[in-house]
Amino acid sequence: MIPTPDLAHLTKQDYDVVYEPAEDTFILLDALEADAEVLRAIKTPICLEIGSGSGCVSAFLGVILGADAVYLCTDINPHAALCTLRTGAQNKVALSPVIASLASPFAQRLRRKIDVLVFNPPYVPTSADEVLDAQDAGGIAGAWAGGKDGMRVTNVLLGMLDDLLAPEGRFYLVALKQNDIPGITRRLREEQRMDCKIVLQRRAGREHLHVLCITRL
Amino acid sequence: MVRLLTHNLLACHARNCTSNNFPLELRDVSVALREADYSEDFLRGFIPRLEWPALVQAAKQLGEDSLPEEPLDPATATEEQLKALHHVLLEVHIEEGSMVCPGCQHVYPISNGIPNMLLAEHELARS
Ligand SMILES: C[S@@+](CC[C@H](N)C(=O)[O-])C[C@H]1O[C@@H](n2cnc3c(N)ncnc32)[C@H](O)[C@@H]1O
Repeated sequence: MIPTPDLAHLTKQDYDVVYEPAEDTFILLDALEADAEVLRAIKTPICLEIGSGSGCVSAFLGVILGADAVYLCTDINPHAALCTLRTGAQNKVALSPVIASLASPFAQRLRRKIDVLVFNPPYVPTSADEVLDAQDAGGIAGAWAGGKDGMRVTNVLLGMLDDLLAPEGRFYLVALKQNDIPGITRRLREEQRMDCKIVLQRRAGREHLHVLCITRL
Repeated sequence: MVRLLTHNLLACHARNCTSNNFPLELRDVSVALREADYSEDFLRGFIPRLEWPALVQAAKQLGEDSLPEEPLDPATATEEQLKALHHVLLEVHIEEGSMVCPGCQHVYPISNGIPNMLLAEHELARS
């Protein structure tokens, strides 16, 4: 078993503004660990985690894949980027956080070159205004406010997936039942020619959490 | 921790700025040197993913001129060449300063070793 990254350096004050790892984080770690062998087979992988928050997931990926990989992270929350940097240092993984939305500043250079893409998105259904305000503010509400079906932010990324993912690339996405997983699967197949599989699911309190693994057809 | 590796992967993404938007020019930067574990496999594997002239140019802006103008060949690069690449790519950290788009002049600040690439107008902007 791969140990959960050391987050002892993060404090209550950090978690007032940055998402504290919770069940959705842990199911994602479990899904990555289950795929460790497949992931290790990729040569010199470029990994990008969108919305890295505390940095817990990327640090864990760093333990799975080791030093011969690149770990890029984005978050719209500046304090999350700082926590990600510190979590990398604490766990001796060279994480490269950038304050940015989705994959924007990397999209041109990494066109179809991202080998491992990871996103635990803001997936809670909210009003349209709530998600837009949260995206503008770059604070803690951005960690969960997801707009219509909780898919407002994720849908933008899904629409660009064909431009981002390497030929053998893998995209791990956390989703809730309310996010309409059959709908996501259909759209990905029809619009992006991607396959979408549920690799893990479990109930945590009121949430029915899933990890989807998306690859090219 | 903006290493030149990260810099080599970032482009200006301001709306309508689609040409002459890479590499971002480094301005008023302060750098720190931090030792990193050397991995020959990583370097040989990563060379094909680099935009070599952009790396050489950025390195020069930081006063590092140990890289050849011609891209290294992953198969034949010598240990000495790989060590120089290792240093430039992974051990030079830009802590403060800014990255400026050569085309539209948009300024992306770097502070505490983290670049801020956010634009006022983003993908989820209200329509
Ligand atoms: C549910 S939290 C997950 C945090 C961390 N990855 C984890 O699993 O614990 C969602 C994260 O996405 C970030 N985020 C929201 N919208 C984003 C966007 N458009 N681009 C990048 N990050 C975003 C939030 O700031 C937050 O850190």
